[in-house]
Amino acid sequence: MLAYYLNLALRSFRRNKALTALMVLTIALGIGASMTTLTVFHVLSSDPIPGKSERLFYVQMNALPDSQYDPGDRDELLQMTRLDAESLLKQGHGKRQAMMSAGSVVILPTAAGQSAFRVESRYTTADFFPMFDVPLKHGHAWSARDDADHARVAVISSKLNQQLFGGADGTGRTIQVSGQSLQVIGVLNTWAVNPRFYDLTNDEFGNSEEIFVPFSTAMDLAFPLSGSMWCWGDTPEGKTALSAPCAWLQYWTELGAGSDAADYRRYLDNYIARQHDAGRFKHPGDLKLLNVMQWLDRNHVVPSDVRLQLWLALGFLVICLLNTIGLLLAKFLRRSSEIGVRRALGASRRTVFAQYLVEAGIVGLTGGSLGLGLALLGLAIVRKQPADYAPMAHMDLTMLLATFGLALLSSLLAGALPAWQAMHVTPAIQLKSQ
Amino acid sequence: MELRPILSTLRRHKIATTLIVLEIAFSCAVVCNALFLIGQRLERIQRPTGLDESHLVELHVSGIGKDSDALAVTRDDLSALRAIPGVRAASIINQTVFGSNFGVSGISLRPDQDKPTATETRYLGGTQVIETLGLRVVSGRPFNANEFTDFQTNPTSTPESSSTPVILSQALAERLFPGQNAVGKTLYIDGTNPVVGVVDRLVQPRDNGRSAQYDYAVLMPSNLPYSRGTYLLRVADPAQRQAILKTALQTLRTHGPTRLVSSDDARTLEQARHSYYDDDRTMAWLLVTVCVVLLLVTAGGIVGLTSFWVQQRTRQIGIRRALGASKRQILNYFQTENLMLVSAGIALGMLLAYAINQLLMSKYELPRLPLMYLPVGAVLLWALGQVAVFWPARKAAAVPPAIATRSA
Repeated sequence: MLAYYLNLALRSFRRNKALTALMVLTIALGIGASMTTLTVFHVLSSDPIPGKSERLFYVQMNALPDSQYDPGDRDELLQMTRLDAESLLKQGHGKRQAMMSAGSVVILPTAAGQSAFRVESRYTTADFFPMFDVPLKHGHAWSARDDADHARVAVISSKLNQQLFGGADGTGRTIQVSGQSLQVIGVLNTWAVNPRFYDLTNDEFGNSEEIFVPFSTAMDLAFPLSGSMWCWGDTPEGKTALSAPCAWLQYWTELGAGSDAADYRRYLDNYIARQHDAGRFKHPGDLKLLNVMQWLDRNHVVPSDVRLQLWLALGFLVICLLNTIGLLLAKFLRRSSEIGVRRALGASRRTVFAQYLVEAGIVGLTGGSLGLGLALLGLAIVRKQPADYAPMAHMDLTMLLATFGLALLSSLLAGALPAWQAMHVTPAIQLKSQ
Repeated sequence: MELRPILSTLRRHKIATTLIVLEIAFSCAVVCNALFLIGQRLERIQRPTGLDESHLVELHVSGIGKDSDALAVTRDDLSALRAIPGVRAASIINQTVFGSNFGVSGISLRPDQDKPTATETRYLGGTQVIETLGLRVVSGRPFNANEFTDFQTNPTSTPESSSTPVILSQALAERLFPGQNAVGKTLYIDGTNPVVGVVDRLVQPRDNGRSAQYDYAVLMPSNLPYSRGTYLLRVADPAQRQAILKTALQTLRTHGPTRLVSSDDARTLEQARHSYYDDDRTMAWLLVTVCVVLLLVTAGGIVGLTSFWVQQRTRQIGIRRALGASKRQILNYFQTENLMLVSAGIALGMLLAYAINQLLMSKYELPRLPLMYLPVGAVLLWALGQVAVFWPARKAAAVPPAIATRSA
């Protein structure tokens, strides 16, 4: 029966080539636009560290003096002061914890003929590597002991290793970083988390840093900083001093699989209470403990333009569907006399409905396939854009299946009403008017 | 033209009529809002900075390690840069417009104030900074030569005793001292700061916070070391900008200590503006594309549906023609029918456009849809409808009266 319906559908298409092409193209455009924007949205809003994102928490607290505290003022990106970050780190209440900041440093070449270049750097503490599952190709990361000793060591990316040592294992070698000698102790494997959730004050998307240096060492050597820093008082000893009234550090903690966040929260509440006791401030401290996805959500990591594009494309799809419904309806009802004959010859309403739904389904699937092509083209265009997330716009299997799901769903949706109308054609009237 | 027969025909095709009206309504709503968004983006892209952008180039050098002599090196750099033929002025500044560096501070009107009165961006600029940027001083005076002091990393004097003069952007001056002349007033930003001048416009390096703060800026005189700033050159002839950038890079490479002087860190202000607004431009083009495709799809829908109606009514048209209707009257019939459908769509579409705008306003920092976009959308759709219907309507008018005498 299905083969017969397919045959009928093909005949019908051949009779109205221009109209069929118009319907297919309309669906293809709608699907193409929707899938392009949906894929970008899907990529940007996906979990950057699956399996662990539930257990990694960003810690925020407000350490302003009471005179400047404003309970209505909520800074979503609020960072930690060095004093608080180092205190929490020392207490080590979570399974792992790391504090960090970023900057860019100048690397001097190791071989003659090369020129100096600048790379992005991250200054952090030992747990950073195991906590974020950072893969190492050679050597090892530094230890808490190195942090304490302000060790002159660095872990470099495989790209920097390639640039400096032509891909040979660079561990044990010494490099010149902003005029200072550091020993390479580890080389990363390819590592790129997108979005770079661990620090949203620098570029949110892109490659990971090229060089990682112990925080204490970077402070000793006064390496340049980037990202945001907020100071609320005089800083005679410099803005990065332990006592400086400046919020500029990211603090992350990993909680054990079994332990719950409520316990860690109580611990932080306790920490705030001790600040109250010490007379640092009296306000509540605006404590926040957010896991990776909550953190990304709160900071609107998906650019608002991408959201807008998504809504625009879905609106476009609705219009394309309305268009297709109208055209299918007109087409089906024009064949009322044919339907009348079929019904009079004994076809049930259900078979008529099925026949026309098959016809609509073919239009939809053809449009969907063409739409997939358009979506791939659309994504290629997105990748050419200068936005920093552009290179990530690739279709994955989920989105591929979703495309066909959407195509089939929309064509059935578009076909249902016209097919319903077709099945209610009264045979007697049609036969009479012949 | 009698409207009643058209209405009664449409009533017999309720579903198809509803669908086409809905399609037009959605198109109208999306197109109105898209046009509005395009307008917003274009306006943003063209926002002036107050700088003489077409004559400006910038370059940044990175120090390698600590340079204790940086201030002297910077002085030498600047005099070498000023000596390049075609350079009218050169200066160093802590942050450039459209750059990624960006300092924000608070301004107080009284020394003992807890919360600052306004938040603004703070520019620190060396000698010649005003001439280089091309700022227009509308009130007060530019900085005097003796007001440019050397930048100190760890100031020995306490901030309270510093009394660096400041120049405000007009928008900020108006915000702090509404209706008064700001020149001669005192502010508390970094110590005690007398206002010596007001420039007509100076903006933040990047959009930060509320858009109303975009043109809140202060300028302070300070001879920065190269490690803390960017060199800006104002050229006499915009055609010479690339050549001058090249010469300047060469000059910096051969002067002073070994530093990282990369052409990646050198660009014209126009290049900087262009790349800063990349996303907005992309979005505007995308919206234009969507509008065009949307209107084409809608037109296709109108053509398709009307063609079917014409085919379906061929016999009736023939009868009308046989009874004496002229070709013109048949043509008019379909044109009027289309006008009615599109008008109904537009009426519904305007309500929808308004609703979408409300939604956008709640989610994005967007003003209300100006009413002028509604007639623009309406005219566009009316025209589209008439163009789309013309071809099927002409086919209808071409139906010969003899059809009436044949059986179907």
